[in-house]
Amino acid sequence: MQHSGKSPDTCYLIPATNMNQSLINYTLQIADNNLILGQRLSEWCGHAPELEIDIALTNIALDLIGQSRNLYQYAAELEGKGRSEDDIAYLRDSSRYRNVLLVEQPNEDFAYTIARQFFFDVYNHLFYQELTKSKDERLAEIAEKSLKEINYHIRFSSEWMIRLGDGTKLSHEKIQTAVDDLWDFIGEMTLLNDTDREMLSNGIGVDLNKIRPLYFQKVKEILAEATLNIPVEEPFQKGGKNGIHSEFLGHLLAEMQWMQRAYPGAEW
Amino acid sequence: MDKKEWPLWEIFIRSKSGLSHKHAGSLHAADAEMAIENARDVYTRRNEGVSIWVVKSSEVIASDPEQEYMFESAKNKIYRHPTFYDIPEEVGHM
Amino acid sequence: MDNHNNIHSLEMKFQSKIDAEVKIEPKDWMPEAYRKTLIRQISQHAHSEIVGMLPEGNWILRAPSLRRKVALLAKVQDEAGHGLYLYSAAETLGISREELFEQLITGKAKYSSIFNYPTLSWADIGAVGWLVDGAAIMNQVMLTRTSYGPYARAMVRICKEESFHQRQGYEILISLSRGTEEQKKMLQDAVDRWWWPALMMFGPNDSASTHSEQSLKWKIKRKSNDELRQDFIDATVLQANYLGVKLPDPNLKWNEERGHYDFGDINWEEFWAVVNGNGPCNKLRLKARKKAQEEGAWVREAAMAHAEKRAKRKAEKVA
Repeated sequence: MQHSGKSPDTCYLIPATNMNQSLINYTLQIADNNLILGQRLSEWCGHAPELEIDIALTNIALDLIGQSRNLYQYAAELEGKGRSEDDIAYLRDSSRYRNVLLVEQPNEDFAYTIARQFFFDVYNHLFYQELTKSKDERLAEIAEKSLKEINYHIRFSSEWMIRLGDGTKLSHEKIQTAVDDLWDFIGEMTLLNDTDREMLSNGIGVDLNKIRPLYFQKVKEILAEATLNIPVEEPFQKGGKNGIHSEFLGHLLAEMQWMQRAYPGAEW
Repeated sequence: MDKKEWPLWEIFIRSKSGLSHKHAGSLHAADAEMAIENARDVYTRRNEGVSIWVVKSSEVIASDPEQEYMFESAKNKIYRHPTFYDIPEEVGHM
Repeated sequence: MDNHNNIHSLEMKFQSKIDAEVKIEPKDWMPEAYRKTLIRQISQHAHSEIVGMLPEGNWILRAPSLRRKVALLAKVQDEAGHGLYLYSAAETLGISREELFEQLITGKAKYSSIFNYPTLSWADIGAVGWLVDGAAIMNQVMLTRTSYGPYARAMVRICKEESFHQRQGYEILISLSRGTEEQKKMLQDAVDRWWWPALMMFGPNDSASTHSEQSLKWKIKRKSNDELRQDFIDATVLQANYLGVKLPDPNLKWNEERGHYDFGDINWEEFWAVVNGNGPCNKLRLKARKKAQEEGAWVREAAMAHAEKRAKRKAEKVA
């Protein structure tokens, strides 16, 4: 999925010509993960396997979208052009979205949804733990607040991984398939792109190299408890963080941004 | 239809430290852990609690409403209440 | 005492409790018809909450701002919660949630017909909040005083939570009323389509309602369909004026003598057509619920199987 020629960071995204722009890009990178996954989870609302699960998934969606709003508001302030959180969320095309590929993958069924959530929660938990130490006070503060919510997400998704893995024969098969398919997308989360490297060198960003072994350790631990096979390590899909996405994101955005695109400038 | 429905649980929420747990309602869950998670999601969405108890509904043992006599004898023992006793007003609050 | 007399005296005692405003609780003796009526009404109410998630959920993914998106998500989630509280209340009467779901997806049980209308524009989400929730609240406030304890308690909780729902809808409409010509048109169009179905939510006229009289006597209902409908109209006209929308009823006007608004005839033919399965979305709604129920079966089974395994392991450890 790597693009040839110029580095995608300058090719597809707002070029980071200064420190402020890098920080904006970094903030968006975090925010976009939350919004896109929140939007995906929202698709379940009214359709989940049981009422209690419906309510739980929506709670997580609300947490994630709430976190993305805090970050978009911060990005808008950094930008200083008087734009709003909605301008940033609704008026960017997919090539300017910086979320990882994992979060834009479709729901498919409950097993995929849980596996996707679990793979992301483990990363997000480690990431935010580190982000609380950021030199950027605002990011550290947002991380501190979000972490409390993520603690619960990871509990929810881990428990469900174990239930489905160590449940019935059918549930075991379904969750194993989801794990195998989504495994391709989990490497990208802990790979550094230019923005990550610059923010790390400034003491603002998280050291993803430090997180990577912890990430795989935790993932494998839960997979083992869920009696699931650990897929073979293979070259991971990547590109999302640099604006090169799967086909799914365009459709997700088309739906999400429809009103703002159809009625430009209207207030809702 | 499913082979087995998730059992029903009774949910008790402590709204803040210092208060006792109070019955909030019920819900379905496969086991106690899930019952607590579900209770958190269902019954504390608006910051209603700091602690949760869950009890399987089938394990609640209740008195029989037909046996009203159980509570009859307490009704006429008014001397258990402070208002039964006459204390002159000059004595002040007691 | 023979059996017949016995039942008669129990019924007398039951009615005297109701008359004295003493709540009926799950283990108390109650006439079979009271139990049946309650199961029917509470489950219809629960089904309405759950099916009601669908037309509103239709706009979650397309909500035009993040603020509107979280508000709508939280609102639709509340409906799931309310359905859950109500199913639990019904379960105290000796029927399982699963049986109730089964009645819903096989079409045996009814739910509020309003949810068989489609939400076609974002303004519909505002109109549903304002008119549909507004109408529902009239009914629900009354039901906080219903004679069956678990139902009344569920309603108290629901009413507390519902209080933001109508405001959420009305606020959406205020934004539209202050917006572009297109937005104003969208607003009027939504009100035109939702007004009459909202009035139908209160059910047939008292003269034509089969269950009303007994329900009032048992204090399951505390106000008649027509009384509630009138209350709703009286409360809503002013709010419509503020929005600058025209309610689609040429006969709507203040009657000084009655102290109420007069209004035009409701199209009961349409009402019964929708009740009997021929509304625009009846099939769609049931299909969606059936799909969720069927496709979720393996998940529910897996959780149960895992719980049993875990319990067994724990027991073995102890032994």
